[in-house]
Amino acid sequence: MQQEFKQSIDKAIHNKNLTGALGKFSEAYKVNRAKAYEGIDFEALRSTIAERKGYAAAHVDELCATFKKNAEANGAKVFQTKDPAAVRDYILQVAKENNVKTVVKSKSMATEEIHLNPFLEKEGIDVGETDLGEWIIQLAGQTPSHMVMPAIHLTKEEVSDLFSKEIDERLTSDIPRLVKVAREQLREKFLQADMGISGANIAVAETGSIVIVTNEGNARLVTSLPKIHIAVVGIEKLVESFSDIVPILRALPRSATAQLLTSYVTMISGQTPNEEGSMKNLHIVLMDNRRTEMASDPVFKEAMQCIRCASCLNVCPIFRLVGGHVFGKVYTGGIGTILTAWYDEMKSSEDIQGLCIQCGACKDVCPGKIDIPGLIMEIRRRLVKEQGIPMLQKSIFAVVNNRRLFHSMLRAASVAGKPFTKGKFIRHLPLFLADLTDGRSLPAIAPKPFRDVFQKIKQPSLPEKAVFYAGCLIDFAYPEMGTAIVEILNKAGIEVVFPEKQTCCGAPARYNGAYEVAAKNAEDNIEALLEQSDATYVISACPTCTVALDHEFIQTFESIGKTENVPRAKELAAKTIDFSTLVKKLVDEGRLTLKEGQQLGKITYHDSCHLKRTLKADQPPRELLTKAGYEMEEMFECDTCCGMGGSYSLKLPEISGSILTRKLTNIKNTGAPLVAMDCPGCVMQIRGGMDQDGSDIAVCHTAELIAKRLKDD
Amino acid sequence: MYDQFRTKAEGVSAEVHRFQTQTEAMDFILEFMKQENVSDTPNQYAVWAQCPFLEQADKGKVSDVNGLYFDINRERANQARVGISQVDWALADTGTLVQDASAIDKRLVSTLPSIHIALLPSSAVLPDMASWLSCVNPKNTGYISMITGPSRTADIERVLTIGVHGPERLVIVCVDELGGDN
Repeated sequence: MQQEFKQSIDKAIHNKNLTGALGKFSEAYKVNRAKAYEGIDFEALRSTIAERKGYAAAHVDELCATFKKNAEANGAKVFQTKDPAAVRDYILQVAKENNVKTVVKSKSMATEEIHLNPFLEKEGIDVGETDLGEWIIQLAGQTPSHMVMPAIHLTKEEVSDLFSKEIDERLTSDIPRLVKVAREQLREKFLQADMGISGANIAVAETGSIVIVTNEGNARLVTSLPKIHIAVVGIEKLVESFSDIVPILRALPRSATAQLLTSYVTMISGQTPNEEGSMKNLHIVLMDNRRTEMASDPVFKEAMQCIRCASCLNVCPIFRLVGGHVFGKVYTGGIGTILTAWYDEMKSSEDIQGLCIQCGACKDVCPGKIDIPGLIMEIRRRLVKEQGIPMLQKSIFAVVNNRRLFHSMLRAASVAGKPFTKGKFIRHLPLFLADLTDGRSLPAIAPKPFRDVFQKIKQPSLPEKAVFYAGCLIDFAYPEMGTAIVEILNKAGIEVVFPEKQTCCGAPARYNGAYEVAAKNAEDNIEALLEQSDATYVISACPTCTVALDHEFIQTFESIGKTENVPRAKELAAKTIDFSTLVKKLVDEGRLTLKEGQQLGKITYHDSCHLKRTLKADQPPRELLTKAGYEMEEMFECDTCCGMGGSYSLKLPEISGSILTRKLTNIKNTGAPLVAMDCPGCVMQIRGGMDQDGSDIAVCHTAELIAKRLKDD
Repeated sequence: MYDQFRTKAEGVSAEVHRFQTQTEAMDFILEFMKQENVSDTPNQYAVWAQCPFLEQADKGKVSDVNGLYFDINRERANQARVGISQVDWALADTGTLVQDASAIDKRLVSTLPSIHIALLPSSAVLPDMASWLSCVNPKNTGYISMITGPSRTADIERVLTIGVHGPERLVIVCVDELGGDN
């Protein structure tokens, strides 16, 4: 990772204005978004959008041609190009031909993408942004930090300083007054401008129309007052039919700013008369800049379904900490990472793709139904394929893949770590490792891994068998969780089998783009876990591992073309089940009975990302704990990531730590003395955080709690 | 449907009034202009874009108003306190007005003054955008404006502020007698 990039993260995290504004916004956003979507079937709506936009992407050449024909029939001039430089030159040429001195612009990400403003300014043309946020950042000499709210990182005091300088009058930080100043200043520019430049939110091939949504009304002025209007439109904005605007306009304002509709929607379908009777000089630039290539990529074509609502930024636990500037100059957040990789170049996304913790929050809310985390993983995979795995990671994977070596190294570490270990935790590590224990204690390596403990457990011989997949954390840090699971399953009449040859689930390799390594892990595990052919289940108490067994082995093989392994991977997936779902099922079937009449007091529950969003199993643990006698007290943002993210917490400890701090606060605010979760990784993160915090809130895996609550018979 | 439209429009800070007859609506507008001190001085003008309501109105009543103009240019609209135009449809589920705004006058009076009075035939309220699609052919309608409440921004510290570039007040006057396209 570039030093410069690390520094920009550091700067952002310590910028209180930024984290404050973004944090407040993201909290309110979730509530307001839900309200805006009340009474709407979001899944159906986004399926329609995905289908319509997907169709457009698959027929992009045809739609461009249809659009051009229809818009030109309505009197517009349409210029289509693959080359960003040609877009700039075309606009300059139109400006020169018409002796344009001043331009007013309404918000357009496409023109940001091609850095149009500095280009025109160098040619002596005065360019004024008119969207309030864009104008603020233009005055500040900055770039937008958010696709919808470009100046969200600036305080009213900073805005008042900028405006004071601009109008040469000392202003206070009264927001309505500042907005008035902007109105007055920009009004003159609107009235005088020779040319208006806008973007477009939708372009309709069938009618040659462009659709622009705004709240301030600046796009109405930009497209009405100057005699020349140029709209710069990325070709991903094309849709086939006029009726396609309905689902997009239904989702875009709701997802972007939690509005039912923006104040203004402008639909322009050709020339209209100017004040003195001449016709508007209307140009529409259809800009490609690698979009056609994207549309024909089997994986990344999905990104063409984006409607630029930025909801993936608004729900991202990382974005709200670091803001947009860390991501680069134009497109930010989850989708921005993907767009940067394409519109700029793959290499530009090298650092920023690492910001994604793969929590999946954005995938859940995306109105274009884009698997954003999945596409970011694909960027990682392609980067690794191109550039290879960094040396340090390579050696780590080599160790992880060699179970015996891994064991002995961890045990050696556990001995070497002694001076820093206090009870169950490693509180401080020396030197460069200190970051790892900053704000979070690490679990001490268990003196005996679960694989050794298991051999000593005396199980009754039972007819039904289940294979237990422990995963690294339960095996080496929390063997007691494994013991609890054996105990529970035995009570249900199931004997547990622990195949010694099971190895790392491959998630660390996969999440770092090392798919070849992950595939090797998958092959080894499939062999080990399917060996016991009469087992009914393969059970895992780590959602990340469960997802690997249940979904990702198959995906990894498919990604790298090892399709011959897919049938066996599917066989394993069919048997795989997560702890709480299985135990809930056993309770429902009467094979396990919880003690009755227990009053165990308050508990709160933290949703692990993979359990909730991939396995969709957020209810079974809650039902089990409630049935056991706990009183469930839901925490704020219960399903927001804890910041662990496997090796993420090692690579970006500062971000991980800040996310954790929020989580700890939300847990404490419930007043519950106990927090449960289904993931040993989350336990490691949250238990370690509570330890450093000196809090006595108990942090437990659901398995540990349920084991104590079962009747013996 | 009208009630839903009204609730949604008021929910985004529009002011909604309903009259049975054009005469009542006209009296309301005249009184409104008086209250807002419309006069023949810069920043206090009123501008009224050509529309069916005006064609059918009692010309005597409006010709008496000092500072009310029907021939519109950007300078006059920019110095108007009140702009009046007629819209063609409304969408109940979002409280939205829809206007064929191909004529530049309609846009000048609804964008530049601080107050926009929108005349709406009561019968032109439709359930939603999907039901509106069949009412319009964009190929013959160069510029369509959808208006949902007054101009707004939240670009400074996410604080909602009304009236950035467009009107800070949107006054919707529904007139039953005005008929409509549907």
